[in-house]
Amino acid sequence: MIQNFISEEKSLACVHCGLCLSACPTYLETGNENDSPRGRIYLMRNIQTQRVTVDNTVMRHIDLCLGCRACENACPSGVEYGHLLEHARDYFEKTHNRSFSQTFLRRIAIEQVFPFPWRLKFVLFFSTILRLPIFRWALPQFAKESLLLLPKEAISKSPPEYSPSLEKNVGRVGFIEGCVMQVMFGATHDNSIALLNQQGWDVASPKKQGCCGALYAHSGQLDKARECARNNIAAFEREKLDAIIINAAGCGSTLKEYGQLLGNDPAWSERAARFSAKVKDLSEWITPENLKPSNREIIVTYQDACHLAHPQGVTAEPRELVKAVAGDNYIELQEADVCCGSAGSYNLTEPEMAKKLQNRKVRNLIDTGAEIVVTANPGCLLQIQSGLKKAGSGMKIMHLADYLIEYGE
Amino acid sequence: MNKEELANQLRSICGADAVITDEQELVVYECDAYTLQKNHPTAVVLPQNTEEVVAVVRLCAENDLPIIPRGAGTSLSGTVLAVEGGVMIALTRMNRILSLDTRNRRALVEAGCVNSWITQKADNFGLFFAPDPSSQSACTIGGNVATNAGGPHTLKNGVTTNHILGYEIVLPDGSIEWLGTTPEGGEEVDGFDLRGATIGCEGMFGVITRVLVRLTKKPTSFKTYLGVFDSVDAASQTVSDIIAAGIIPAALEMMDQLIIRAVEEAYHFGFPLDAGAILIVELDGLSGGVGDQGQIVETICKQNEAREVRAAKDEEERAAIWKCRKRAFGAVGRISPNYLTQDGVVPRSKVPEIMRFIKATSVKYNLRIPNVFHAGDGNIHPLILFDERKDGEVKQALRAGEDILNKCIEMGGSVSGEHGIGAEKIDFMERQFSKDDLGAMQFLRIAFDPGKRCNPHKMFPGSKRCSDFAPRKQAAA
Repeated sequence: MIQNFISEEKSLACVHCGLCLSACPTYLETGNENDSPRGRIYLMRNIQTQRVTVDNTVMRHIDLCLGCRACENACPSGVEYGHLLEHARDYFEKTHNRSFSQTFLRRIAIEQVFPFPWRLKFVLFFSTILRLPIFRWALPQFAKESLLLLPKEAISKSPPEYSPSLEKNVGRVGFIEGCVMQVMFGATHDNSIALLNQQGWDVASPKKQGCCGALYAHSGQLDKARECARNNIAAFEREKLDAIIINAAGCGSTLKEYGQLLGNDPAWSERAARFSAKVKDLSEWITPENLKPSNREIIVTYQDACHLAHPQGVTAEPRELVKAVAGDNYIELQEADVCCGSAGSYNLTEPEMAKKLQNRKVRNLIDTGAEIVVTANPGCLLQIQSGLKKAGSGMKIMHLADYLIEYGE
Repeated sequence: MNKEELANQLRSICGADAVITDEQELVVYECDAYTLQKNHPTAVVLPQNTEEVVAVVRLCAENDLPIIPRGAGTSLSGTVLAVEGGVMIALTRMNRILSLDTRNRRALVEAGCVNSWITQKADNFGLFFAPDPSSQSACTIGGNVATNAGGPHTLKNGVTTNHILGYEIVLPDGSIEWLGTTPEGGEEVDGFDLRGATIGCEGMFGVITRVLVRLTKKPTSFKTYLGVFDSVDAASQTVSDIIAAGIIPAALEMMDQLIIRAVEEAYHFGFPLDAGAILIVELDGLSGGVGDQGQIVETICKQNEAREVRAAKDEEERAAIWKCRKRAFGAVGRISPNYLTQDGVVPRSKVPEIMRFIKATSVKYNLRIPNVFHAGDGNIHPLILFDERKDGEVKQALRAGEDILNKCIEMGGSVSGEHGIGAEKIDFMERQFSKDDLGAMQFLRIAFDPGKRCNPHKMFPGSKRCSDFAPRKQAAA
């Protein structure tokens, strides 16, 4: 007997209208309805009613989902696709046997590395050695591709526990360090905190915080994700904060959903909801008024990080900030919110589709004629950087915080 | 030919990743947005170009297999249902805009191109593609042509057929025909207008592969009014009066109380929840004319005791109103697990009467029936809400739908304004048309498809039904 792994009410909210189809990046690429939100929900429902069994063929379509949640914005009926997907994946991971290599990749190479900054640092160090010409030739193609994703000059740096505001103080905010961000984008953290300090915010970054749990939640490891959530809630409860700031879209969307994640845990549900209510993306918190327009004539575009644009619905704020600096040199990007293929660890588990979407994104970027593309998530930064490099484009990709500090003078 | 041989041959034409024959994967192709009838196709194939379509169609012709052309599967009447299996040719990979000819105001697109992409592309040049079905963000041009799709703005701009210059169609024997204006040719074509004869064929004449669409200049000025009324009657009278005053708005749409609530829950626009009905009246054209007409519209609304009349203050608010209207169908998913939508047409003057009838039907079957529709052309869309898990509700919903459509015929209207007949409304054809009419339609069909293999068992009385037709066997999923 199959357990009810997705809520019947939530799955029946889908009225099968199909408006989600053209919002789905994988459907745009394959044209196969099995790779669309409507198709995947239909598969999940039919697995639950036992008309369909979970085999490798069906799992391909579920695995191929990026979890970008563009479909939720397109859905008129308010289907919580992300919720359905996480619960379906949680069930499939427990019941479906994956091949040895896939299990190793998912359970060890990804889940035992990325959420742990020091292990990630070690891998990064190891990868710089592998990149040396004497080792390179021996690597299989997929490993070469993965190495391309890693930044050449990663700046690992944990932000100070406390950074005071400049000039007059308006309040105090918490700061989430993240995993990939602190290991590879230390300078971006410095710039994010500098922006907050400039606008009068004291910034506290408690040492006890850890991984947000997004990586686990997205790959169907909900219990592990809940552990991460409890740890972070406890770490930030000690401080009296106006907001909790995050500069990575993927983490931000999970942090904002702690309330739901721990909704059935009586000891934690209220605390989780309080925590989530305070979480803000950096672009939602800083204001464009204090930014100075750049006097350099450089064309700039913005690409939406999926988890900022779709579950969080934050699309106008980052654009306003970029425009405050770029002025008339801002140009809109076609398909700005179609996933670039990074999607957390997706580019490692589904390299083929990730590459297709990377190419699609790079084509659209090159069409803008921009010299800089701004985004707000480490995954997109790495994925697009490597795509631009492969295409031989000189376009620069920057995190919003870096762009505002470097050009907003 | 057995299924395995068929799969192999299809793979050799289109490539392995373009052919779906695993029953588990065919499940998602068992129905479109009309979910009361379901059946698996034998295979689904995703061709990349016309040559592949031709090869697939020839293979089916040689083996006497049905073919079912499919776009995004947003049909609300089961138009792309594989009633007795067959090869479903999904055009979703043929979705490019091939050329945009702004000087001659036309675009050449592949059949799987999404409707709204054309307007997105043409927008920079001050042009747009006028037909705007509510599913335009997902539905394909091929499907629009096959069903002669409409939309809120067809009141002034006309339906799909008025915006299609010509198209390429692969006939059921595998031959390629171009009907109407060619991409290089002038607007007028000599001889019979076969382009017009086949638009609305519901996929029964062949597989449409490329379409030359007409682009329209964007109006320079818009004025979008929201009129709030206490009753559907008052709103209906207003519709009648606006048209009688000689004004043809770009769109004239009505939402009743139940739908206002669903939409408000979904989009929080700020519609008054206690309103009996809301009218959306959009005027477009040159700013002077729009202004004058706007005053007349305001006056007429007030004469009919509108509680409130106001114009959208900017483009953003106008877009928000249209988002609410166009996504209203899906929004009912928030208040009901299933719905059955009808697409009847009545003379404009009979809108109040049919609305009263729908209300009575709702009471009779104890089912909620919200309404959101093209009031300007009398094209009603009652959404009959039901829960397929409850005993007998599917049957009740179907009966309620039948009553409403019979009433439309009785009032001198028709059973479909834009959604098509498909598998859903076959039974009404004999009530609406005489035997001779139906015979003439068949005659035309056979001219294109003598073997009746292309999208079979649709539209014509006497067609087969799926074995798992919901009223006989309550559908589980």
